[in-house]
Amino acid sequence: MYFPSKKKNAVYVSPIKQDIHPIDFSLPTEPMNHKRKNPDPSPDSDEPTTQLSSPFPDEVLERVLSLLNSRKDRNSVSLVCKDWYDAERWSRTHVFIGNCYSVSPEILTRRFPNIRSVTLKGKPRFSDFDLVPPKWGAYVHSWLLVFATKYHFLEELRLKRMTVSDESLKFLALSFPNFKALSLLSCDGFSTDGLASITTHCKNLTELDIQENDIDDKSGKWLSCFPENFMSLEVLNFANLNSDVNFKALERLVSRCKSLKVLKVNENITFKQLHRLLVLAPDLRELGTGSLLQDLTPRQHSELKSAFNNCKNLNILSGFYEVTSIFLPVLYPACTNLTFLNLSYAALRSDELSNLLIHCPLLQRLWVLDSVEDEGLEAVGSNCPLLEELRVFPASDPFEDEILHGVTETGFLAVSYGCKKLHYVLYFCRQMTNAAVATIVQNCPDFTHFRLCIMNPRQPDYQTDEPMDEAFGAVVKTCTKLRRLAVSGLLTDLAFEYIGKYAKNLETLSVAFAGSSDRGMECVLKGCPKLRKLEIRDCPFGNAALLSSFRKYESMRSLWMSGCKVTMDGCRFLAQEMPRLNVEVISECGNDGCQADKLYVYRSVAGPRKDAPPFVLTL
Amino acid sequence: MESKVAYQNELNLKATELRLGLPGTDIESEEQALSCARNNKRPLPDNTKECGLKGSSDDAQHSDHEAAPPAKAQIVGWPPIRSYRKNNLQPKKTEAEASGIYVKVSMDGAPYLRKIDLRVYKGYPELLKALENMFKFTIGEYSEREGYKGSEFAPTYEDKDGDWMLVGDVPWDMFMSSCKRLRIMKGSEARGLGCGV
Repeated sequence: MYFPSKKKNAVYVSPIKQDIHPIDFSLPTEPMNHKRKNPDPSPDSDEPTTQLSSPFPDEVLERVLSLLNSRKDRNSVSLVCKDWYDAERWSRTHVFIGNCYSVSPEILTRRFPNIRSVTLKGKPRFSDFDLVPPKWGAYVHSWLLVFATKYHFLEELRLKRMTVSDESLKFLALSFPNFKALSLLSCDGFSTDGLASITTHCKNLTELDIQENDIDDKSGKWLSCFPENFMSLEVLNFANLNSDVNFKALERLVSRCKSLKVLKVNENITFKQLHRLLVLAPDLRELGTGSLLQDLTPRQHSELKSAFNNCKNLNILSGFYEVTSIFLPVLYPACTNLTFLNLSYAALRSDELSNLLIHCPLLQRLWVLDSVEDEGLEAVGSNCPLLEELRVFPASDPFEDEILHGVTETGFLAVSYGCKKLHYVLYFCRQMTNAAVATIVQNCPDFTHFRLCIMNPRQPDYQTDEPMDEAFGAVVKTCTKLRRLAVSGLLTDLAFEYIGKYAKNLETLSVAFAGSSDRGMECVLKGCPKLRKLEIRDCPFGNAALLSSFRKYESMRSLWMSGCKVTMDGCRFLAQEMPRLNVEVISECGNDGCQADKLYVYRSVAGPRKDAPPFVLTL
Repeated sequence: MESKVAYQNELNLKATELRLGLPGTDIESEEQALSCARNNKRPLPDNTKECGLKGSSDDAQHSDHEAAPPAKAQIVGWPPIRSYRKNNLQPKKTEAEASGIYVKVSMDGAPYLRKIDLRVYKGYPELLKALENMFKFTIGEYSEREGYKGSEFAPTYEDKDGDWMLVGDVPWDMFMSSCKRLRIMKGSEARGLGCGV
C-alpha cells in the first residue's frame, strides 16, 4: 500500500500524543459533515505537493480501513495524515471509551458519525471494592440522549462500572430501533424493571448479558416480557440475578431462539430444568448451569449425561452454584472440548476438581476457588498442558473465617511446572515465597498478566521473613511481555525500583499496602514508558511522589491514589500545572495541609465534569 | 494464617469514611502482641510500636507515628474481590448433604415420607406452616415449658447424636445444622415429649 509522505501531509502532532490510548482528540475536529469528501484524489489542502498524496479515492481508503478492527491500529491510522484521519473516522463502527469522562458525547459523535457499537467504562476500578462512595457519577443517561439523535442506528452498548437507571434503560429500549446487544458489567443504579423495558421493546435483541451488577433484583418478570414471536436471541446471561424467572417462559424462549449460543441461567434453575433446556438447545457454545444440588436417580443421571453429551459445541462452562459431587460426572462428556471452565462459585474439593480435569485436556482458561487447595492445583498442572489463564479466588472471607485451607506457593508452582503456556494469572493465596515466584516465572516466562494477592497485607516471605521485593523483581526481569501487574505482600521501594527498571511494557499497575517512601512511586513513574493505569491504596506515597513526573499523567488514562500521604496543596499544584488533567479529590476537609483521602487524576478533552457530586472536589 | 490479624492503617482507617466492622473496635494489646508472635510478622513499616519483636533493617524508615487506630477492624475493600463475589463467599462444605439441607419428613400414620430443603425456610414459623400444609394438619402453639399445646401432633427431629428432639427448642441455625430427619409424632407419644426431663 502506498503511504503518502508523512512530512508533507501530516497533521502536526506533538510527540507526547503519539502514545495516547485509543481516541486522540487533540486533532482538530471538523464541523459535522455528512457529505463524503470529493472523490478527487488530490487533497483539498493548500499544500503544493499534490503528487505525493494518496492515489486512492476516499471510498477505497475507507473500504480498506473498514477492515481494521483493532483500536490500536485505527488510532495509528488516524495519525498518519488528514486523509487517513478522515477515512478512519468515517469507517469506524465500534468505539471504546476507557474513561467516560475523558471525552464528551458531543465530541465523540462529531468525530465518528457512523458508530454502531459503543463500549463505555465509568468508575475507577477500585469502586468494585467499595472505595468509591455511591453517587459518584458515570451516568450513562447523558450519553444516551446524544446517541438518540446522532447514533439512531446504534446496535450495541457495553457498559462497565457505569450508573444506569431504569429510566435510562427504558429510554434505550425506545430510542434505538435496531438495538441488538446490551452488556452490563459491574454497573449499578437499576432494577429488574429496567431489564423488562429492554425485553419488552427491543425487537431485534440478540444479546442480553447482565453480569455482577449492583441491581435491585425485584422479580424475574423481565424474562416473561419477551414477546411470544421474539426469536433473535443469541446470548442470554442472567446468572447473577437471584429472582426466580418463569421457567415455562424461559423454556419457550429457548425453543424459539434457534440461534441461541450462550445461555447462563441463575442458581434457581434446577438440574431437571437445566436438562430440558439442554435438550432444546444442544448447539450451545457457552452454558452457565444453575444449582446442581438435588438427589439424582440413576435414570436422571444418565439422561443428564446424555444431554451434555449431545452438546457437541460446548466450549465454555460456568455456574455451578451449589454443586454436589454426584453431578460432576454428568459433565464429563461435555468436557472434552472445553476451553474455559469457570468454577469460581463452586467450592470444590481437590479430588472433585482432579476427577473433572482429567476430562478437560483442551482447557485454556480455568477459574476456581481456593477450596481446591494445592492438591487441586497439582491436578491442574498434570491435566491441562494447554492452560493459558488461571484465576484462584478465595472461597471464604479471610476476616470472617480462619483460612485453614486455601492455596499457597506450592499450588502455583505445580501449575507452572505443568502449564508452560500460562500467561495470565490471578492468585489469591495465604502465603508466598520469593523463591517460589522466581521459579514460577522461570517456568512460565511469558506472563502478560501477573496479579498476585497475598491476602494478609504486608506479609513477608513466610520462609525467610524478607520482603517480597525479589519475587516481583523476578517477575519483571523475566517476563518481558508483562502488561499488567498487581503486587502484594511486604514490599519496600526496591520492588518499585525493579518495576521501573525492567517493566518496559507494563500498562496497568495495582499497588496496595506497599512501599517505604516516595521513591517507590517515583521509580515507577519515571521508568514505565507504557504505563496507562496506576491505582494505589494505602501506601506511604506523598506529594513528592505525585508530582515527581506529573507530565506523565497526560499519557496515561488515569491515576488513583487513596489512603496515601498526598495532601490538598499537592493536588492543587498538579491541577494548576496540568490544565488538561481533571484532578478530583474526595477529602474530609479542603485546607491545604489536609490529606487528600482519595485522589483521581485523568486526562480529558471534555474539561472538568459537570456532574460531580458535592463530595468530589475538582481542583 | 491468622484469622484475625492486626492491621495498621492509621493513615486510612481514620480518614476513610467507609468502614466495615463496628466503629471503635479495639483489641487488647496482649492479643496484638500474641498475634504478632504467632505470625512472626515483620513490624509494619509505619508502626514500630506494635510488634517490637523484629527490627526492620532494610526499610527506609519514615517515622510518622500516627495514633494507632483500632486494630483488627476489617479493611474496606480487601481482599480485592467484587462485592457480588464477596456476597457469595461461603464456608467450605465437604459434603453439602451432610449439613442437613434435605431432610426426610415422616408423619405417624401417613403412608409415605416427604423430603424438604431446610434452607428454603427462614425460621421455625415458616417451616411449621409448610409442614402443616404438606400433611394437612395443625400444629399447636409452642411454648418452651410445655412444647406444642392444642393439637395431637408434635414436630420432632433426630439430631446428629441420634436423639429425638422437639422442634423449636434450639436456635434456628443450630437446628438447621443438626437436624437429620423430621418426624411428626401423634398421640400419646407426642404428649410425652412436652414434659421436661
